[in-house]
Amino acid sequence: MLVQWKDDLNAALAEAKQSEKPLLLDFSAAPA
Amino acid sequence: MEAESYSDPEIAEYISQNFIPLTFNIKQKGPVFHQYNVLWTPTVLLLDSEGRERYRSEGYLPRGEFFARLLAGEARLEFMQKRWSEAERINKQIVERFPKSTAVPEAMYWAGVVRYKSTNDHSGLAPLASDLKVKYPESVWTKAASVWAG
Repeated sequence: MLVQWKDDLNAALAEAKQSEKPLLLDFSAAPA
Repeated sequence: MEAESYSDPEIAEYISQNFIPLTFNIKQKGPVFHQYNVLWTPTVLLLDSEGRERYRSEGYLPRGEFFARLLAGEARLEFMQKRWSEAERINKQIVERFPKSTAVPEAMYWAGVVRYKSTNDHSGLAPLASDLKVKYPESVWTKAASVWAG
């Protein structure tokens, strides 16, 4: 299983509020 | 972090089950770095479901240490929600699964705090302080717990 990363912060914040699930934010400078 | 930790099946499953995972690269999402005061990479933040930052890990960590730190962050989220039994369970999991991790003294400390908060019984704090002193004499968590020793 791979992590299904999202990158839409506002959508994720809305999802978190609705689902009561916390968020993990990964910040990277690695080449895309 | 991507190549080592996130590709680990157990870590990937743990993240997928317990969090909404987002990734931001500085080249494409610089404003988000600024929004969350991210000064260095890799940085991992845990936010609660209301979007409040509750845990931060800055810099590279090898796989085992990274997993232990993620669990510590999850334990903190549970603690802040006053879900004492979950917080205690996760802190114990850190101690048992990652005995060499630098997260262990912190997990021991917070497990003690959780036990106190959930029972109002402080009798376990002094023995915990002694245990930390024996096992982790130089840890900042041992110093923080020293006040319990009386």
